[in-house]
Order: sequence, then structure tokens, then C-alpha cells
Amino acid sequence: MHFRITTDPIDTEAQRRLLGDARCGAYAAFEGWVRNHHAGRNVLGLNYACYPQLAEHEGQRILGEAHARFDIHDAACIHRIGNCAIADLAVWVGVTAIHRDAAFAACQWIIDAVKLRLPIWKQEYYADGTPIWREG
Amino acid sequence: MNIKVLYFAALKEASGLDEEVLPLPESLPTLYAQLRERYGFRHMQAQLRVACNGAFCDWQYIPDHGDVIAFIPPVSGG
Repeated sequence: MHFRITTDPIDTEAQRRLLGDARCGAYAAFEGWVRNHHAGRNVLGLNYACYPQLAEHEGQRILGEAHARFDIHDAACIHRIGNCAIADLAVWVGVTAIHRDAAFAACQWIIDAVKLRLPIWKQEYYADGTPIWREG
Repeated sequence: MNIKVLYFAALKEASGLDEEVLPLPESLPTLYAQLRERYGFRHMQAQLRVACNGAFCDWQYIPDHGDVIAFIPPVSGG
């Protein structure tokens, strides 16, 4: 069960292998991609700022809560920070369980909690204006 | 008796600072009100969360010497 912040590209295959366990029949994963638009504006790229110590503490709490809420075997999340290009992977969540229902549900719950709670802020760069810090 | 305050995102932009050392305040709401006036932060206290020493804390937490405080504007990760 690990939560990490990284400035490097996320290697989803390596993360998936770390979660591999013959006791589990299900693996559910989510990838958050950097998209090229927001609210009708063309986005050229973005930068994630972060309070790393707090993010890792809160990220670990989220994974611990997921373990308590869902019948899962293991869960992990990696969030990228710094400059990200369009189509880059910004966040990855992986969950293993004996059965798929819990894996799907926990995966969604984790990414929803990550988006709500982690001290990470996105600054979008637009073709048509100055960068702004997104809130919420 | 001092604390350190960390600034992120919109608060960092408004203050122009990553962090600063300040005298120990009597409360976190008092501290934020002073900094809001000094730097022109647009966020009201109710819009922020607050963290102490790397973990979220309550606004009622009484700061201690050496604490590292961060005011957390609405987030946009994920």
C-alpha cells in the first residue's frame, strides 16, 4: 500500500507488477491524463504544484481508509507533479482484490478522494491567456 | 518563539514567498487574518484548510514554537 509523489513519468506497468498477487482475481486501475481543453479554452500544458510532505501523509491516509471501506487486497497511487504535457499521465491508481466489485469501487473511491483532499494545485497554460491556478 | 508559514499556489503568488518565519501567533485564525491583510489574499478563512507539521489540523489548533503551518487553498489535483 503506497502513495507517492513523483516528478518522473509514471511507469504503470512497473506499478502493476508491484501489485501482482496470485491470491487476487481482480485488478482495477485508473489513469488521469492531461487533456487539451478546459471550459472551452485550449490548454497547452500544465504544472502541478504540491506540498509533498502533506500530500504523502494524506495520500497514505486515503489508501488506509480505502482498505477499511472495501474488501481489497492492496492499493497504490502515484501522482505526478511539475510540468506535464498534453496526453501525459498525471495520476495512476491501482487496486487488487479477490473479486472485481471491490476493486472497481475502491479504485473510484480513491481517485475521488485524491481529487478532493490532496494538497496539489494545477496551473493550466492556455493558448489565449495567462496561466491560472485551478481551484476545485 | 517562532513558527514557519509555507505558501502554495494562489497564496504563494500573492505573497511572493515560498515560506517565512513569523512570531508565534495566538491562534491560526488570527495569523491568517494578519497575513491576508498584509498580502491581500483573496481567500476568506472559510475557503481554506490548514495544516501543521505536515498533517491537516483544525483551525482551533493552538500553534506552538517551531510549528510549520500551511494554509491550503482549494485544491485541483488528480
